[in-house]
Amino acid sequence: MSVIVTDTGFQPDDWTGGYVSPEDLPPDDAPPSPLAVALPSDAHPEALAGQLDRIAMIRVDFPGPADGRGFTIARRLRLMGFRGRLRAGGHVIADQYAMACRAGFDEVEIPDALAARQPEDQWLFRANWRDHDYQARLRLDPDATTPYTQR
Amino acid sequence: MSRQFTPKVVTANALIEGDVIYLTADDRWTRHHHEAELIEDHAHAQLRLLFAERQKSTVVGAYLADARRGRDGPEPVHFRETFRAVGPSNYPHGKQAGLIDVQI
Amino acid sequence: MYRYDDFDAAFIRARNAQFRAQVERRIDGSLTEDEFKPLRLMNGLYLQLHAYMLRVAIPYGTLNGARMRQLAYIAERWDKGYGHFTTRQNIQFNWPKLRDVPDMLDALAEVEMHAIQTSGNTIRNVTADHFAGAAADEIEDPRPVAELLRQWSTDHPEFQFLPRKFKIAVTGSPNDRAVTKAHDIGLRMVRDAAGAPGFEVIVGGGLGRTPMIGKVIRDFLPKADLLPYVEAIVSVYNLLGRRDNKYKARIKITVHEHGAEKIRALVEERFAQLRPQFSGVDQARLAGIEAHFAPPDFVSGPTDAYATERDTNPAFRSWSDTNLAPHRNPDYAIATISLKAHGGTPGDATAEQMRVMADLAERYAHDELRISHEQNVVLPHVHKSDLPAVYAALAKAGLATANIGLISDIIACPGMDYCALATARSIPVAQEIATRFGELRTEHDIGPLKIKISGCINACGHHHVGHIGILGLDRAGVENYQITLGGDGTETAAIGERAGPGFAYDEITPAIERLITGYLDLRSGPEETFIETYRRLGAAPFKAALYPESTRRNAA
Ligand code: SF4
Repeated sequence: MSVIVTDTGFQPDDWTGGYVSPEDLPPDDAPPSPLAVALPSDAHPEALAGQLDRIAMIRVDFPGPADGRGFTIARRLRLMGFRGRLRAGGHVIADQYAMACRAGFDEVEIPDALAARQPEDQWLFRANWRDHDYQARLRLDPDATTPYTQR
Repeated sequence: MSRQFTPKVVTANALIEGDVIYLTADDRWTRHHHEAELIEDHAHAQLRLLFAERQKSTVVGAYLADARRGRDGPEPVHFRETFRAVGPSNYPHGKQAGLIDVQI
Repeated sequence: MYRYDDFDAAFIRARNAQFRAQVERRIDGSLTEDEFKPLRLMNGLYLQLHAYMLRVAIPYGTLNGARMRQLAYIAERWDKGYGHFTTRQNIQFNWPKLRDVPDMLDALAEVEMHAIQTSGNTIRNVTADHFAGAAADEIEDPRPVAELLRQWSTDHPEFQFLPRKFKIAVTGSPNDRAVTKAHDIGLRMVRDAAGAPGFEVIVGGGLGRTPMIGKVIRDFLPKADLLPYVEAIVSVYNLLGRRDNKYKARIKITVHEHGAEKIRALVEERFAQLRPQFSGVDQARLAGIEAHFAPPDFVSGPTDAYATERDTNPAFRSWSDTNLAPHRNPDYAIATISLKAHGGTPGDATAEQMRVMADLAERYAHDELRISHEQNVVLPHVHKSDLPAVYAALAKAGLATANIGLISDIIACPGMDYCALATARSIPVAQEIATRFGELRTEHDIGPLKIKISGCINACGHHHVGHIGILGLDRAGVENYQITLGGDGTETAAIGERAGPGFAYDEITPAIERLITGYLDLRSGPEETFIETYRRLGAAPFKAALYPESTRRNAA
């Protein structure tokens, strides 16, 4: 089982629909249904070009805390125009929560064992990820408030 | 199974101080190489390494280092381990500074 | 010098608080060592051979007196009274305790310094020409751009877990004193046809196991495009760089495997996507940063005192011959303080010496100090009339060694005396060579010569680009030293060529002596430098000097 982390803390996973891999996307003319895609960390997000409008959720896998490809994948998906739910799933640690949010993720999915070792307060410690953000300062007008990735 | 086993000591760094430490036969960590347990067979070495690795909140990076029996106890074999045992050669800043045996 | 604004200060405070909490969580067990390690590395904390080591960034090598004095304080309060200046314009403290490190970081923050991204697989602290803002040959001071890159790369959410470390160097001069061609990204300031300054962008240089000279992927990048372009490069690398083999993970291998053309195409494509993200706010910041680097108010006054001292004090004359470089203001000089006393540890300074240098900077050098990648300290703006006083104060502190650019001005990495990755020692080798040539008193006759020593293939001592490079290896449990010849770390960058079989620890100084004797015989005259002679004659006569037995055997 896994736990979902957002700025408000831990929640149970409410996504029950399962995922498809990018190769298994149903054809364009298939009857619309909420579509969720699982991307491995070595995926090239360009593979989803032109499809993003009909995808409700993308889960990007983090095989280990030292593999930072997911951050670039998220950022690219956002810059390609993805507005759906974007999830970082796997071995993400609390100290990476701010990076994940700044890169464009909405939430992080971690296994229960990790949630037990790094309890909710350690994640909430970085719920202020909008503060002290050099990227925002270099790109945004001083009075803008959205993170730089979502412009 | 005739392969000769080179004797070993279990060594690591102390989590808080960073110092080089060695596992003794009575499950303590010592700063002195010659007080380490000299391990002479493979199976026992693996057990001792596991024992060391489980102490996650006191030691970092435990591994087995080659050693040999010396007059006052185990001595390092490789020059890297000799430096670890005595400290840097450009200043008397390491263990050569006459360290007291601190236990962790 | 750049001064933090409220944002920078608040950022550092928050970051230090995070690290303090991370240290506590490591000690209480909620972080495993595997998880803690990348976090401590992101904050400059290594676990080395004998102890932890804290590597503090000296952004683009610029310090003032107050910062230098704080480094002295840290060295005394939490370390063993000295610090080691590195080839990456950092200072390393070799003996901190884990629990003290958060306090050390807070002490650094008091003087607007930090240890962020001096380690780990992230964009490391940006290095720059140590003569920036003073050099006579400069197009523009590269430090404002380096500071902009510092802010952009700090805590960049995409780039904290790259395949491998990532180093950027900037130079504002055609004479490359920042080794830009041996960096993951090198930025060399050039002008376009209309005279506007911009950058030549070099990618994929690096030393280490597979030394490579970087490839130019953009001949001219307008200054305003810098951040999106660099972001494009790192972003392409983050997905394309290899993660299966740490020795193949640097961007030099990515460029090598995919070809510079392919990388250029991917970067340009990505750049097009990113460029609109930068609305010009970054350029407004850059303009603000530039104001911090306004040149000091140079004083004009007679320089006779300098000429008189040169005429009457031979020691001063010798020091000024080697340790001074031309300043863009003819009444001024750039004075390099050698941290290479014969027999000392290259790059080390005691707390006392740091205070002397801080005082001198405040009194005589418009409160500026620089750290060079050659592990020396620079007073970039000294009025010539003050040089005799500066020299006298340095001499009293054991800092007046007159050897900049000479055989005893050796770059040496910490090697096996400190570094956990080392395969052999490098410091004692440097000490012995410097001591030997100090005794022989021949180094001024030998002239400009760069010896660079690394204690393992990672090449932190830049041995590949030394005129004479020395690489310490472990050959079946014994230290062994390989010599390379003909390397060059400047705008004419070249990787040195391996001379032949390695030498044992106690054979290496005699080998260097043979090489030097050979050079003195071979040179066309005293004005022909070692590297010029090498380029004129090639490796063969140097190898013959190095390996007399094998030459004799071949002749027999
Ligand atoms: S070259 Fe090797 S021994 Fe020297 S500092 Fe770098 S990693 Fe350590």
